[in-house]
Amino acid sequence: MTLVERLAEAKRTGDYQALLDAVPYSRLLGLSARLEHDELITTMRFAAHLIGNPALPALHGGALGALLESAAIFELFYRAETIVLPKTITITVDYLRSGGPVDTHARGVVTRHGRRVANVRVEAWQADRAAPVATAHAIFLVTPATPAEKPPPAATSS
Amino acid sequence: MRRFTEHIAHNKALGMEVTEIARASARFLLRYDAKLVGNPDTGVLHGGAITALLDATSGAAVFAALVEWVPIATLDLRIDYLRAAEPGRDVHAHATCYRVARQVAFTRAVAYHGDEADPIASSVGTFMLATKPGGGPNRSETGSARLAGAKKP
Repeated sequence: MTLVERLAEAKRTGDYQALLDAVPYSRLLGLSARLEHDELITTMRFAAHLIGNPALPALHGGALGALLESAAIFELFYRAETIVLPKTITITVDYLRSGGPVDTHARGVVTRHGRRVANVRVEAWQADRAAPVATAHAIFLVTPATPAEKPPPAATSS
Repeated sequence: MRRFTEHIAHNKALGMEVTEIARASARFLLRYDAKLVGNPDTGVLHGGAITALLDATSGAAVFAALVEWVPIATLDLRIDYLRAAEPGRDVHAHATCYRVARQVAFTRAVAYHGDEADPIASSVGTFMLATKPGGGPNRSETGSARLAGAKKP
């Protein structure tokens, strides 16, 4: 099954876990996704190999960044009416406090979804959602998965 | 420092190697591995693997810029993905720490396959110096960190 087929299946059933499990890096990070009151929450299960600072100990900034980027992409998958494969153009991560050796959750909010570009804000938290460990904003190219069905938009409009 | 960096659990899990540490500069290598793939259809690496590589390399460049070792913490990291990584190819990263202020250090980095002038991704980052558990600033009693080789005040 291709990623697009898995995505179509996830949109149909609301079960995003099979999609995550098909992505090797999601498995490495120990990601899971669940719908909670119409919110798609992505969780990174704590594991020792996610540690970046053994003295504190604290999660690696790269692991938190990857969780945030993944949650942003999953939110785009979930919200988009059509099937798109988002490509990250840029992501800016703010590290607010050190991530402790526990599970971390993340949720994205699509602030704008244009025809070519989507903007997403994401927050990651641990025990207390009101005290996020990291936030990010990311910009994606959102290319339709089946471009043959839609002619490309005129170059003049954005 | 090489040993220190390569023994960070997450760096090890991803398979990062330190290839060069120079003054205020660090070079890392991330070998292509199936476990780092973000798109199983194409075999392209996950952006998160590039994020981790650039974060680690940038942090090492900060350490390489400091006269005395102090703990650091990433404040922010912006990554621009310039083009897709090619499946099957190793990724190199080169980071420089171009400014060390009293409490904050500033970095630039690129990730590339073969040609540093033709990068896959570029990043800028800021790092808090002398952090203590809990994340607050904690300047060392011997004074602020200085850029290695810089003139003393």
